[in-house]
Amino acid sequence: MADKTEKKSFFQRLKAAVQGTRDNLLGKIENIVLGKKEISPEMLDDLEAVLIGADIGVSIASEVIEKTRQKVDRKLLCDPDHLRESIRQELLAILLEAQKAAPQASVSGPAASPWVIMLVGVNGTGKTTTLGKLANRYMTDGKSVLICAADTFRAAAVEQLSVWARRAGADMVHQSSGGNPSAVIFDSLQAAVARKTDIVLVDTAGRLHTKSNLMQELEKMKRIAERQVRGAPHEVLLVLDATTGQNGLIQAKEFIKSAGVGGLIVTKLDGTAKGGVVFSIVREFRIPIRFVGIGEKIDDLIEFSPEAFVDGIFLSGRE
Amino acid sequence: MFENLSKRFQKVLKDLKGEGHLTPRHIEAAMKEVRLALLEADVHFKVVKDFVARVQEKALGQDVMLSLSPGQQVVRIVHQELIEVLGGGQASVTFSKQPPSVFLMVGLQGSGKTTTSGKLARFLSQEGHHPLLVSLDVYRPAARQQLSIIAESLGLPIYEAPQEMNPLVLAREALELARNKGYDVLILDTAGRLHINDELMNELEQIKGLTHPVETLLVADSMTGQDAVKSASEFHEKVGLTGVILTKLDGDARGGAALSLRHVVGQPIKFAGIGEKLDALEPFYPDRLAGRILGMGDVLSLIEKAEQTIEEEKALEMAEKIRRNEFDLEDFRDQLRQIRKMGPLDQILGMLPGIGPLKGLNKLQIDEKELLHVEAIINSMTPYERCNHHVINGHRRKRIAMGSGRPVQEVNRLLKQYVDMKKMLKTMSGSFMGKALMKKMKGRSFPGMGGGFFG
Repeated sequence: MADKTEKKSFFQRLKAAVQGTRDNLLGKIENIVLGKKEISPEMLDDLEAVLIGADIGVSIASEVIEKTRQKVDRKLLCDPDHLRESIRQELLAILLEAQKAAPQASVSGPAASPWVIMLVGVNGTGKTTTLGKLANRYMTDGKSVLICAADTFRAAAVEQLSVWARRAGADMVHQSSGGNPSAVIFDSLQAAVARKTDIVLVDTAGRLHTKSNLMQELEKMKRIAERQVRGAPHEVLLVLDATTGQNGLIQAKEFIKSAGVGGLIVTKLDGTAKGGVVFSIVREFRIPIRFVGIGEKIDDLIEFSPEAFVDGIFLSGRE
Repeated sequence: MFENLSKRFQKVLKDLKGEGHLTPRHIEAAMKEVRLALLEADVHFKVVKDFVARVQEKALGQDVMLSLSPGQQVVRIVHQELIEVLGGGQASVTFSKQPPSVFLMVGLQGSGKTTTSGKLARFLSQEGHHPLLVSLDVYRPAARQQLSIIAESLGLPIYEAPQEMNPLVLAREALELARNKGYDVLILDTAGRLHINDELMNELEQIKGLTHPVETLLVADSMTGQDAVKSASEFHEKVGLTGVILTKLDGDARGGAALSLRHVVGQPIKFAGIGEKLDALEPFYPDRLAGRILGMGDVLSLIEKAEQTIEEEKALEMAEKIRRNEFDLEDFRDQLRQIRKMGPLDQILGMLPGIGPLKGLNKLQIDEKELLHVEAIINSMTPYERCNHHVINGHRRKRIAMGSGRPVQEVNRLLKQYVDMKKMLKTMSGSFMGKALMKKMKGRSFPGMGGGFFG
């Protein structure tokens, strides 16, 4: 457990980061219900539009609204002011179920050493930046971290990552650009075993999930890792851009299939995008969200908390 | 999920029967599905609302094309409207009278500005221009190096001043260099930024004020969801966009963000990024994306094929003939030709909403060769014989068989099939030969019937 002040500051930072989101959604919801005595069908329609506007998707949005509508019909819900809480509960339930259903991977367990974490995702979601932040996080926790620069494709990816490695104070293994990513993993894991490193973070090239050859490359990288360290990679995390729409669901499906993704990192939550597609993802595939990215600074990566995520959307700005 | 959508939509189309023009009932039922399709494609919900309302108004009272069902007709209108909203034809970039023409690339983090800058430079140099690249991204680690490597691999010039940390100075120096060395285009790659980051948005305004770009292009990820509206309108408000470049279209995102972008920016989408390689940039084709956003490819291709091949006049004429029971062997051949023009029969059948699920038809194997043989046989008849099949006696049959290179039995079988068909058409026209049914004769039931004969 982190100490209280740190926890609070994290929470406040998340709140600050999703301020835009919250003001927006909240404003809309309050506009919808403000001064109304009864819950009208239009109110529910408007709320559905708000959820769809958050990229939650038509199916979950209409389902949540339908459940709420039933509550209204059965007179379990009469006060317009309680609408928000009802929707909040429904959304929270979806996240909580997935967080519970999935076994929490743990770096601090008695598991293999080194513990290997691999980041995957489509182009431009923020894998490299996130990896830098993760490295910093584990270094701050007193772990030794080795960064594996397995994005050998994108121009200057290695240079970008080495800046982050320096900032975090972590070691890095890389090859020249255009090299074989599996070879970089091989080298990295050998080095990590020899140096008794606690954690290896593998950065991979962004790839669209529709490119089957690139998806196969991921499978191969995983096989090489497994051959070097038992059970590696221990965690494969999909880095998902919060601005992504419904395509996120297909991305998750394909990366789970090819790379065995076991968790999500949602980035760019400091913008106005809401990342609502994660509700479909976690429900469909029962994988937890591990971290959220809330800025460009090295400590702008915080642990995901379902309550904070939904609260961040629905809490009133008065607190 | 999408298959379900498609299935449900087919059901809706099937249920919409009758009348020669679109009624509110047709339109509402079809538009409900269209609305859902657009939302699933990430079109912003308000944009969907506007769009649906406009199409609804347009569609009301329109005549239903002979070869289409009312539901398909609505989809056709939606599709055409989508193409129009997305910009109709292609749009190209403009150049300033006084070189260099400055192109300012802006957008959120990770949308693909740097790669796209390189691609655009390559595209322009292939068109005979002499572009100079410069990266004003002093924030992201190694961003400038990334553009250098791209420029180097393309063999194109780039302005570099690694020690300079002020984007404005970089921009000014690059502009001077372009002027002095005679580059006619200067491409300014900028740092990715959030539209709500005032500091960085102000910086962008300053860069714009300094360099007077003739094109300010928003580089936008085609996978973007509902947020596209918000970010694009902020960028537009601050720096006045002249166009959009849509990236990562080689994925499988439906790309509804494009419609949202057009709606709020009002400027054309000028290019599409379709791959990681530096030559993977092409002009934007509104018609391709319209089909993708709608996500009803099967229905659309059927509509298109029907439009191409079935001329309305001919169809009308045919309907009239059937009604008067004057359907002769020549018409029979015309029908076969129509069918063949539309492509492999089993494909056509598969595409027809409503026919797909019909019992037995799925297993039906239709031999294209057989159709060719039938046509050869009819071709070997004299025009008189084609209009008066009863004069074709044994002697004539033998001659026809020789002429077409088919056995006499096949000629016999064809004639019998023709007589059966004529009889059936007569009964049908006698019982309920409404306008709607005739439409079906032309557009869809015919291949099915044909299958029955040849199968």
